[in-house]
Amino acid sequence: MQSFPILTLCIWAPIIGGLLVMATGGDKNAKLARNLALLFSLASLAVTLPLLLDFNSSTAGFQFVERSVWVERFHIEYYLGVDGISMLFVPLTAFITVLVVLAGWEVIDTRVSQYMGAFLILSGLMVGVFCALDGALFYFFFEATLIPMYVIIGVWGGQNRVYAAFKFFLYTLAGSLLTLVAIVYLYTKSGSFDITAWHNLPLSLTEQKYIFVAFLLAFAAKVPMWPVHTWLPDAHVQAPTGGSVVLAAIMLKLGAYGFLRFSLPIAPDASRDLAGLMIALSLIAVVYIGLVALVQADMKKLVAYSSIAHMGFVTLGFFMFKDGSPIGMAVEGGIVQMISHGFISGAMFLCIGVLYDRMHTREISDYGGVVNTMPKFAAFAVLFAMANSGLPATSGFVGEFMVILGAVKFNFWVAFFAATTLIFGAAYSLWMVKRVYFGDIANDHVRHLKDIGAREFTILALLAIAVLYMGINPKPFTDVMHASVNELAQHVAKSKI
Amino acid sequence: MTATTPNLIPAYPELLLFGMIALIMLVDAFWPKAGTAENKGRALFWLSIIALALTGALSLAMLGAADRSYAFTNMFVVDQMANLLKIGAYVCVGITFVYSRRYMAERGLLSGEFYHLSLFALLGGMIMISANNFLTLYLGLELMSLSLYAMIALNRDSVISTEAAIKYFVLGALASGLLLYGLSMMYGASGTLDIAGNTTTIAKALADGVAKRNMVLFGLVFAVAGLAFKLGVVPFHMWIPDVYHGAPTPVTLMVGSAPKLAAFAMMVRLLVNGLSHVAADWQEMLVIMAVLSLALGNLGAIAQTNIKRMLAYSTISHMGFVLLGLASGVVDGNRLNAADAYGSALFYILTYTLTTLASFGMVILLSRKGFEADKLEDFKGLNSRNPWYALLMLIIMFSLTGIPPTMGFYAKLAVLQAAVAAHMTWLAVVAVVFSLIGAFYYLRVVKLMYFDEPLDHEPLVADAASRTLLSLNGAALLLLGLLPGGLMGLCVVVMRTSL
Repeated sequence: MQSFPILTLCIWAPIIGGLLVMATGGDKNAKLARNLALLFSLASLAVTLPLLLDFNSSTAGFQFVERSVWVERFHIEYYLGVDGISMLFVPLTAFITVLVVLAGWEVIDTRVSQYMGAFLILSGLMVGVFCALDGALFYFFFEATLIPMYVIIGVWGGQNRVYAAFKFFLYTLAGSLLTLVAIVYLYTKSGSFDITAWHNLPLSLTEQKYIFVAFLLAFAAKVPMWPVHTWLPDAHVQAPTGGSVVLAAIMLKLGAYGFLRFSLPIAPDASRDLAGLMIALSLIAVVYIGLVALVQADMKKLVAYSSIAHMGFVTLGFFMFKDGSPIGMAVEGGIVQMISHGFISGAMFLCIGVLYDRMHTREISDYGGVVNTMPKFAAFAVLFAMANSGLPATSGFVGEFMVILGAVKFNFWVAFFAATTLIFGAAYSLWMVKRVYFGDIANDHVRHLKDIGAREFTILALLAIAVLYMGINPKPFTDVMHASVNELAQHVAKSKI
Repeated sequence: MTATTPNLIPAYPELLLFGMIALIMLVDAFWPKAGTAENKGRALFWLSIIALALTGALSLAMLGAADRSYAFTNMFVVDQMANLLKIGAYVCVGITFVYSRRYMAERGLLSGEFYHLSLFALLGGMIMISANNFLTLYLGLELMSLSLYAMIALNRDSVISTEAAIKYFVLGALASGLLLYGLSMMYGASGTLDIAGNTTTIAKALADGVAKRNMVLFGLVFAVAGLAFKLGVVPFHMWIPDVYHGAPTPVTLMVGSAPKLAAFAMMVRLLVNGLSHVAADWQEMLVIMAVLSLALGNLGAIAQTNIKRMLAYSTISHMGFVLLGLASGVVDGNRLNAADAYGSALFYILTYTLTTLASFGMVILLSRKGFEADKLEDFKGLNSRNPWYALLMLIIMFSLTGIPPTMGFYAKLAVLQAAVAAHMTWLAVVAVVFSLIGAFYYLRVVKLMYFDEPLDHEPLVADAASRTLLSLNGAALLLLGLLPGGLMGLCVVVMRTSL
């Protein structure tokens, strides 16, 4: 218990900051808007620090809890709290937001205040999703994130932005509306929207299966899992760099987080029954989408498909059951992978952004030999590509290795197919690196490229430090989640029928 | 209560409003010829606002006193629901007056008739809301409808307005006829015109044998058809798009807001208060109409290029949601959840009217002399013209879609919960599937405002009062989305005391 409402601050500081940034108005105040946005994003990051410092990783319970009545009629509570599963995502979100504000510093020159404001508001809403312990509150934040992202893709996106924005919105809304029915059903059954009460609510297997499928539709569309992934490449390609970074680094995690908070503990028997389906879908994402990534000609599309493949690893980790409970090692690996992918995919999209700002093309074939003109940048880009392919000593390795270890315990063939990611990941990442960065200078445009400046260097360096630190010393990260994951595994092992 | 000393206190708001209307008509008729039209318009506007404020204060005082009271030998009832809906109706009419002043003046339509017809329509609506007798109900309905027919044709040189008025009149008269026929059947079966008294006599009639039961059900079908017409749900929706499109926008607003509240009250009075013994029968009808309205409303709206028509179809789908709430009250003869279900429908219709006011308010705001902003493409690039109003319209559209953090989300949540609690989860699924389809055309408006370049670069010309009020109106949708608890709780309490 904590008397100071730290989570409230983490949620509302960026939202109020975003509103203030938007209030600066037109582009004549662009400078003010940028500075304010940076200030608020840094402040929002600063208020998440107490979470990291004061978090007690020896207990599985919720910490920093805040609880008060919000809508009496439906017993909806303003109920916030974090455990080892959700805690790390709060600072991660705030951190990525700082980078996004910096990344859009010079590139975005129209409607600056709205751009910065939208990202800050989005950041607060996403933190809300990770902190909410009330079903209605969770849904409130989960759905509300669609609005700023829709606007971001549609206003600052590329050529085909309208199509991508609609597809993004309608795909995710389609999934989440059925979740709304499931949430309402759970409320009607239990008389409250308290998620922790739902965890202990007895449900018949049929009920559990309906609820599991309803949640699956929402979370699978968000993650995204094959075959509802098709919105992601469109959204990524069309979104501005900042939009792609937030989408890949945080928004996809909302879906994966939903599996841990809702699907597994609320419908454990259905999860066990349908785990085979989940594993199959995840392996398809890993293998098939990995192959699809290999043939992409557009860098952003390639990284988008690579995101889907990596998220397949995450869902694979969550649904491997042994003796009736999910394998703890694999679940932890999945969560580590979520955080690591937050850093790496964010970094990959930022790298593409750096090139795109200079060349205004994302086609791999328009590049070649970038290392000759941008050596500093190429060093970062190669590091992140290596991390993306799971090189040991980078964060990408840790999560994948843990999931594969878990898979070996579960079933050899699942582990075998999962391990192909190490090959495919290396193939598409490194082949892209080879074509874009190495070799002879391909054309005059590349010849006149300028290397990254201090702002871009700072962004990429911060991410590089994060990727390497997590790769070399993953223990602090796994320590945080250990107790909560064990508790979850034990909870899921108990039947609710 | 004895009938010897007429107790008029419950009817004070109506009487006061009637007195004020008479005054406004006199001022309109005897305004000195030397006075300018502008001053006259101002006087009528302020008199109308004062009339609304005074009646509003009276109703508000009565909302505080929690008991139920009757007047005119039980023909007229005032309960909590009546007070809340009446206050809602005053707010609707008042806001409409403010929004429409400039618009009507620019088109030479701001005559005295606009004010007294609106107020007469309001008076009719209030009588409907408080009706406890078939006759009172019908009188109120006709007073309201006749005033609205005339208002739609206010711009008499416009072909499209006249066509809309005729269409509304012919269909409306037919619906009134159906309703009256249904009521006469029920009178035949029960022998009373009293709605609350009807409950017991209907029960007796039902117990009397199949013949009487059939008579009641036969009457019920016609009565529900009449009610459905007034609410505008499929298959009695045909007038809505044409009337919304054809009427001058302020009149559209007048037709689309307060009368919906009155129609809602009429449904509750007749079906819930009067015919609860045959709830299983009328609930079935409501469910069918709800599904059809959700389907046709949402699919129809996609094809529209005129925003008034689009909002008309969207109205149809929203009324489907209201019916969903009304159809979830009685489960297997059990009325435990009734107050919750009807309370959710009440909350939904209040949300709907508040959103409608704001959305048509935006259409009025963008219009100017000689230019109607009623095409979807007139909203193109609004964000570059005026980011504040674009943001308001974005909130309005997301509230209509039912996305948090807006009020529309809670309205949807409440109705879905009522349906799930009534063991109609499948219906909740149908409703969300169609609201997904609905999301497309609301998103399209946001797309036009934010993603497209403006076609029109004229500055907005609205007066300060309507700008402020519209901003408050839009902000209310967001604020009630963040803190919906109070109003939601009130809706349930109100329905519980009024059942």
